Amino acid sequence: MNRFLAFLRKEFYHIFRDPRTLVILFGIPIAQLLLFGFVLTNEVRNVKIAVVDHSKDYLSIRLTERLLSSGFFQLAALPKSESEYEGLFRSSKVKEIVVFEPDFARKLIKEGKAGIQVIADASEPNAAQLVVNYTTAIANGFVKDEFTKDQKVPGINIKVRMLFNEDMRDAYNFIPGLIAVILMLISAMMTAITITREKETGTMEILLASPLKPIQIILGKVVPYLILSIINALVVLLLGYFVFEVPIIGNLALLLGEILLFIFLALSLGILISTFANSQLTALAMSGFVLMLPSILLSGFIFPVKNMPVPLQIVANLMPPRWFIEINRTVMLKGGGIETIWPNTVILLGMSVIFILISIRKFKIRLQ
Amino acid sequence: MIEVKDLHKQYGDIVALDKVSLTVGRGELFGLIGPDGAGKTSLMRILMSLLLPDGGTATMNELDVVKDYKEVRLITGYMPGRFSLYPDLTVEENLKFFATVFGTTIQENYYLIKDIYQQIEPFKNRRAGKLSGGMKQKLALSCALIHKPEILILDEPTTGVDAVSRKEFWEMLKRLKSMGITILVSTPYMDEASMCDRIALIQQGRLMSVATPHEMIESFPEDLWAVHTRKIYETSKHLEKLSSTLSVNSFGQVLHLVTSKGVHSAESIQKYLLEKGELEITIEPSSATIEDVFILLMNHHKHLK
Repeated sequence: MNRFLAFLRKEFYHIFRDPRTLVILFGIPIAQLLLFGFVLTNEVRNVKIAVVDHSKDYLSIRLTERLLSSGFFQLAALPKSESEYEGLFRSSKVKEIVVFEPDFARKLIKEGKAGIQVIADASEPNAAQLVVNYTTAIANGFVKDEFTKDQKVPGINIKVRMLFNEDMRDAYNFIPGLIAVILMLISAMMTAITITREKETGTMEILLASPLKPIQIILGKVVPYLILSIINALVVLLLGYFVFEVPIIGNLALLLGEILLFIFLALSLGILISTFANSQLTALAMSGFVLMLPSILLSGFIFPVKNMPVPLQIVANLMPPRWFIEINRTVMLKGGGIETIWPNTVILLGMSVIFILISIRKFKIRLQ
Repeated sequence: MIEVKDLHKQYGDIVALDKVSLTVGRGELFGLIGPDGAGKTSLMRILMSLLLPDGGTATMNELDVVKDYKEVRLITGYMPGRFSLYPDLTVEENLKFFATVFGTTIQENYYLIKDIYQQIEPFKNRRAGKLSGGMKQKLALSCALIHKPEILILDEPTTGVDAVSRKEFWEMLKRLKSMGITILVSTPYMDEASMCDRIALIQQGRLMSVATPHEMIESFPEDLWAVHTRKIYETSKHLEKLSSTLSVNSFGQVLHLVTSKGVHSAESIQKYLLEKGELEITIEPSSATIEDVFILLMNHHKHLK
């Protein structure tokens, strides 16, 4: 036991004396959180638009007010003629122009149909699509509100409701995913690197030649990162809850249990990588390709797995984060219990067991 | 006591150890002398149970290095060729770590490392990575000794260490030997051989000779001449063409000429060089050094191949 404690103390010295390790451990999670939270946002907010009202009647003016008071749009220009449109887009003064046809109100009431032309800057297709969708939604909502008293509602009546994320808030999407990515990074990559560092500096030779058992060496390497990973997961959960207002509807104990299981899985994956890699650089590259890219791209974190081509779906199903992110979303956002996530839990458990078994088989008590 | 019998090790096609047999007695300071790549590290790693031999057996105090590797690791102290301590830990933290790992404390075995550790103790709060080469080796030796091993295996402990520290280091090894510790030490420096009780000359995985340094020098079978000259290069070219020359090697400003036993005298060589136009030259018979023995055996083995 003394041996093990001495090993643990040594590991904590390594961690707290290496600025690079500290940055990866604490800087990257916070940086990712802030990046996803504030910078890489898909939400529409204060988009600059121009309004051209050829009608200037009470309905077109009220709809314009509705658009501008929504918080999504901001009036940036009132062009007089079509010739100004291109210049406004070129100079990026506006992202969208809303044009009301003449006799807007009359046509809408009499003919039950009136036109609004929406021109968007599609040099950023995703953003343009979003902005147009928002505009359409507001216009439809407006028409519906104006004519509720009448039996006959003019225009097209589209009713969209985004379940579980009514406002389509990004934080709902990225917090559950980010926990997976950060845990992969901290637990798996750092474990792999710290074990290969001993190989690279030659200290593994001395550790092997000592009475330390392989299990003591591995546990000594893993336990510090287990503790730090739990702290990191809690920090992300708390920041998500208090800063980005992501609710935790389901059972907190269940969620923490699943997080612990995933940390265990990531740590065993890290050990597995370290048995293959002989240098820190290899370990880093392997973790980068094996862990980071798939856990961001193929896990459903950003792109839904169901929309992927079938071969990629198969690959995605081999990615531990894919199952973990689903668990997170189910428990945090939908309030689902173990009865809905048990298949995912079993898959994660199975993967951990496989990783651990291979690692034990591959861990060498000798140099070659 | 270390007993090695017909030990064989190869990496792919490269033979690292070729049927090596060796016995190191209890409390003996045994030197393994040979150039880089001769197989010294492979032999030591097999003894430390860090590598598996491809053939043959090795025992350390009657413990088999393959079967009883756990016990072997307990009774041996090991210093690998590369500095293998934690550079981000201080001197004291490193020592304490290894003491605890081996289930002992610094205090318990302090008497053993006192002479060595006292020299680096003033820097005990310094990170090991910031020590000088000599101090690093002293720390590594302290760490290898802290669990009071019965056998000490040191892989080129003096490589990259300054001359003064090297001398001090060998003094320490002699003191440790006097405490009854069996020491196997490797070095590429032939001049360090004389500090050992017995030495083995190793080249390309083969032991060429095992004897005391004195015996090895005494049994030098050929004539050896020290040739002082100003023009080292020209003189050695001429000497190489002398009949019955076995080898010419420069030792600093002196050439060591080896000729077949009883063929030449100092006068006959002088005369030969005079004919070649070499004037300011003094020649005297000389006793061999370990390096001369090594070169002779090496050439001999080459001819056998």
